Amino acid sequence: MAEIRAREITKTFADGTCVLDRVSFHARPGRVLTLLGPSGCGKSTLLRIVAGLDHATSGTLELDGAPLDGVPAGKRGAGFVFQNYALYPHLTVAGNLSLALETQRVAREEIGSRVRETAELLGIGGLLHRRPAQLSGGQQQRVALGRALVRRPRFYLLDEPLSNLDALLRESMRAELKALFARVGATVIYVTHDQTEAMSLSDDLIVMRAGRVLQCGSPLEVYRRPADAFVATFVGSPRMTLWHGRREGPALACRGVRVPLPDGLGGPVEMSVGIRPEDAELSREPVDGAWPAERVVVEPLGASALVTVRVGEEEARVLTAPTPWPDDLWLRFPADRLHWYDAGTGARIEPVGDGAARA
Amino acid sequence: MSPASPRAGRRAGIALLRGAAVAVVLAWSLAPAIWQALTALKPDAQITHIPTIYLPHPPVWLHVAALWERKPFGLYLANSAWIAGWATLLCLAVAAPAAAALARMPGRGREGLLLALLVVSLFPPILLLFPLYEGVRALGWINHPLALVLPNAALNLPLAVWVLESALRGLPVELDEAARLDGLGPVRRLWRIHLPLALPALATTAVLVFIFCWNEFMLALTFMTRDPSKTVTAGIATVSGASLYEIPWGQLSAAIVIATLPLMVLVLLFQRGIVSGLTRGALKG
Repeated sequence: MAEIRAREITKTFADGTCVLDRVSFHARPGRVLTLLGPSGCGKSTLLRIVAGLDHATSGTLELDGAPLDGVPAGKRGAGFVFQNYALYPHLTVAGNLSLALETQRVAREEIGSRVRETAELLGIGGLLHRRPAQLSGGQQQRVALGRALVRRPRFYLLDEPLSNLDALLRESMRAELKALFARVGATVIYVTHDQTEAMSLSDDLIVMRAGRVLQCGSPLEVYRRPADAFVATFVGSPRMTLWHGRREGPALACRGVRVPLPDGLGGPVEMSVGIRPEDAELSREPVDGAWPAERVVVEPLGASALVTVRVGEEEARVLTAPTPWPDDLWLRFPADRLHWYDAGTGARIEPVGDGAARA
Repeated sequence: MSPASPRAGRRAGIALLRGAAVAVVLAWSLAPAIWQALTALKPDAQITHIPTIYLPHPPVWLHVAALWERKPFGLYLANSAWIAGWATLLCLAVAAPAAAALARMPGRGREGLLLALLVVSLFPPILLLFPLYEGVRALGWINHPLALVLPNAALNLPLAVWVLESALRGLPVELDEAARLDGLGPVRRLWRIHLPLALPALATTAVLVFIFCWNEFMLALTFMTRDPSKTVTAGIATVSGASLYEIPWGQLSAAIVIATLPLMVLVLLFQRGIVSGLTRGALKG
């Protein structure tokens, strides 16, 4: 099982735009590392650099301690899955799977058995003689995966592999991928802009924005303690509520509502406070520390409901029981569930002695 | 029935008009070829007869036969096929890798090179005749097929590169990248990925180049001085009558029709191939 280390990878285009700014990561052997970020954050470029399809301006890449610079794409031992699959349209499924093995001069009998084995594993054994145009999107996706698998690569690189599938298929493929990764015991670098996918698939998660790494850690660490205001709103669904305000005495004054600050919280005058919808609380009767709120919209999700309420001029999303809620109700933010950020830099501000206990 | 009839009547009228228009265009473009074919089948007296005799009665094969009796016309055809065939192969063999490389070049460089190719092809070929003749003579290639194969391949190179480049540029870059990751070098990518996918364009280019080579006249007339080496275009030019003052219209017509037939067959054959190639492509990912 391979491990990949990237150090200070920087990529600058000729016109001076910087798409990757000193990005480092460590893809651990047998683990799934996810690069998560909005489109244009450089995650795909980073993946292409690891694959050898693109070159970094500076920085180093190591595969099991050996530098990868100058090693051509075909010799790095990567199994790559493209977002749009990039299947060879003139070749059958079997031809698509076997091309890499043919160039590696694998014996013909072995090619046959490996192609069949891979196709069986992915449930496309009956499609070996079809051409890509005769396959459904989900089947093409499996062939694309198969083309990576059949080579028995040292590591896998997947570039938004599920983004072209419809929602239902995406969910079942997600689970299947996770089982597959575990079964093959592979080192995987997985690129996605879908935070649900990232949460469910990864052992390690890297959140990127505008060519920079904002946070890396396990998915739950990132979810529980987002290191950055952007990460806070990007990771987690439904999105975290984030209010901006100014410190006034013992509270943060937002628009029409004052949120009490924890004792001894440092940080600048301009700050943001955030809370996940599942951590905020609604009630019909006034409770201690609750604000009077006005119901704006209720989105029933089945097992729960997402209620948007207005407090002062701020709005908050609350994930709560799917019961009918009155127009006027009470909103409470439990103090130990709040996330504090520097409104200027977006950096997390940890209440003294509190964060460590929870993490 | 009756409420629909005015509309149906108008539709029938439009169909009729359209049919008539097609007929006029067809007659306009086919008339010279048909006239040529009819002339080839008329006895000499009917060709120049006034008032004009339209249909040969009876059709005669004597002009066709005369082509083979007086001249090695079969050899001309064979020479043309041999030379045009090799020139086409050579041209494509050089153009395909060049086009593949150009297709994946960044914008500026590609455009510059393509324009340079176009400019070269704009020179009137007559300018090349004298230097080429000197070269061919120095190499001792007068009456040798190579004297026509090489210049024909070279002269058609810009066209072939242009057509193939635009076809190859249309292929998704991801296919190149997938092939690179599968360990295919540039030559194998060309052979296993690019060319199979560009097969329709390749066939079209081959047909075009072959036609141009087949029809090439100036170089053939200059370099091929002996009868057994002549191509069909040069051969037709030397078809002569029994005396200096007689123009053998019948034989000329027969020669032209026969020289055109192989091209027609070729185009019809490849047209089928091109269509099936297109329907097979299916590049949707």
